[in-house]
Amino acid sequence: MNYRLILNIAVHLLRARLKQTIVAAAGVTFGIAMFITLLGFMNGLNDLLDGLMLNRTPHVRLYNEIKPVENQPVNLSEKYKNATNFITSIKPKDRGKAIYNSKTIIKVLKEDKRIVDVAPKVSTPVFFNSGTIEISGIINGISVTAEEELFKFSDYITDGNIADLEQNNSIIIGSGLAKKMMLERGDIIKVTTPKGNLASLKIVGISQIGIAEIDDVMSTTSLSTSQKILGESTNYITDIQLKLHDISLAPQLAKEFSTQFGVDTIDYQTANSQFETGSTVRSIISYAVGIVLLIVAGFGIYNILNMMIYEKMDSIAILKATGFSGNDVKWIFLSLSMIIGIAGGILGLIFGLLFSGIIDTIPFETASLPTIKTYPINYNMLYYIIGITFALVTTVIAGLLPALKASKIDPVEIIRGK
Amino acid sequence: MSDIVLETKGLTKYFYEPTKFKVLDNITMSVNHGEFVSIVGKSGCGKSTLLYLLSTMDTDYEGEILIHEELVTGQSDNDLARIRNGKIGFVFQFHYLLSEYNVLKNVMLPGLKLQQYSEAEIEHRAMEHLKTLGMEDQALKMPNQLSGGQKQRVAIARALINNPLIIMGDEPTGNLDKRNSDLVFDIFKELTQEYNQTLLVVTHDPDFAARTNRIITMEDGKIIV
Repeated sequence: MNYRLILNIAVHLLRARLKQTIVAAAGVTFGIAMFITLLGFMNGLNDLLDGLMLNRTPHVRLYNEIKPVENQPVNLSEKYKNATNFITSIKPKDRGKAIYNSKTIIKVLKEDKRIVDVAPKVSTPVFFNSGTIEISGIINGISVTAEEELFKFSDYITDGNIADLEQNNSIIIGSGLAKKMMLERGDIIKVTTPKGNLASLKIVGISQIGIAEIDDVMSTTSLSTSQKILGESTNYITDIQLKLHDISLAPQLAKEFSTQFGVDTIDYQTANSQFETGSTVRSIISYAVGIVLLIVAGFGIYNILNMMIYEKMDSIAILKATGFSGNDVKWIFLSLSMIIGIAGGILGLIFGLLFSGIIDTIPFETASLPTIKTYPINYNMLYYIIGITFALVTTVIAGLLPALKASKIDPVEIIRGK
Repeated sequence: MSDIVLETKGLTKYFYEPTKFKVLDNITMSVNHGEFVSIVGKSGCGKSTLLYLLSTMDTDYEGEILIHEELVTGQSDNDLARIRNGKIGFVFQFHYLLSEYNVLKNVMLPGLKLQQYSEAEIEHRAMEHLKTLGMEDQALKMPNQLSGGQKQRVAIARALINNPLIIMGDEPTGNLDKRNSDLVFDIFKELTQEYNQTLLVVTHDPDFAARTNRIITMEDGKIIV
């Protein structure tokens, strides 16, 4: 088959109907541009919100919960084994918040191939003293490098530097706390632990997570500082936070570690279940809208090609009479539709990128996200590939029916019908 | 190669709408090389139907058609298209030029499809044919800028581009006035006499038919003379 000639005929047919062609291509362009903009924007937001959650929640967290002993003594008794035991007024037992044998657990976890990193944490409620007032709060003792690796904590520090936490007796306090107590970087803050230990810590930074409830109570020190003010040994760890290579394994691993180490665990999915649903639904909506736009564009192409075939019956008949086969005619009309698809699709990609770029520059400032200045956009290559593929697929499908119809036109009927 | 360009054996065709009706009844005929044959007959006698069977465009018939001793009956759509492209030239009652292309491109199109020559060569040949037909100064015009007679001459040039074995015409002068019909007839005559071109023309113009080499007269789907 002579593709150059067929393409040439297709282009001539298109040129004869330039206005309709432009309208058809504009439909595809609009569809693809909206598809890409929508997906980029939606997923930009999703990433932002996911990040927000991910940055605060480990994939798997190991801790000790205050709760009643699961196997009450009566259940262990041989005598009442087959009986239904009713126990009332059970009180939870405080086994201590520290994870028993934490150093060994951390060592084992660090060798696990499924885990990216392990961040130990000491979390304790404290009182911050400001003059005569005592404000309750929380101190999180963190391993600076691991915490930064897992949660990008530095994103939330509005003043100061996370590396300064490595200094002895330094602390980063929440912005709400700083405001209440009129403290700034460089000031000294007095802290009372639950056991009554008193410590003075130097403020090296202010953090802002964006949720007032948290910013009003949270402060951060290094692991060793927190252990020191609590008067505990370096074994004292209350939480072990894990980042996994594959987040979908989190529920399974949480269960596994719970039995293996005899601690309580919670996985990312459980902690953020409603959040995941939100992300999925937003993705589905944006894909659905994009695909609907493209299907509408496809109908436009179908209509225009159908009309063109009726207008060009004579031309088709004469092409067939002079030696073009049904197959050639089919390819002429398929090329027509593909030209519209490719031209419209590529323009759509360009416009999509342009619109995304415009949205990317629109200011979007919110107290909850101190590092975000404009609307987030995800420039994932994948959306562009999906966009152009879908443009081609819809135009080919839209062109196929009219093209098959054109290929089956009986030239004798047309020529004799005059 | 024998002298017979086109041959039919027992060609029979039915129309099924509105009722079953025999249009062509056991037609056996042949056309020799260099002949100028006209088919005449009353409206509805089946002469055009016969031409479209011979043209390979209509494949719904019984019997056999041979072009240059090659059986075309039962060949695939693609093969028939190739035969039409290379061996048959058409001139219709209505000019049937592609309005998207200029005159020269219209003439070149079947040649470009056949790909026997390079594009430059096809263009040169197309210009030669247009020159023979006195149309060379119209070569770059669009078909809608031409008169009826001029369009028909372009259609003849297009029919000639691939040096066909036979040129078929379906009432080629049916839509033209006396002066232009004479012009088209003279071109046909010249083609047979000077280039030994085989022609098969369906017409109901008795003057036109009378001046051809051989007249095939049809009545009720049969050849009577």
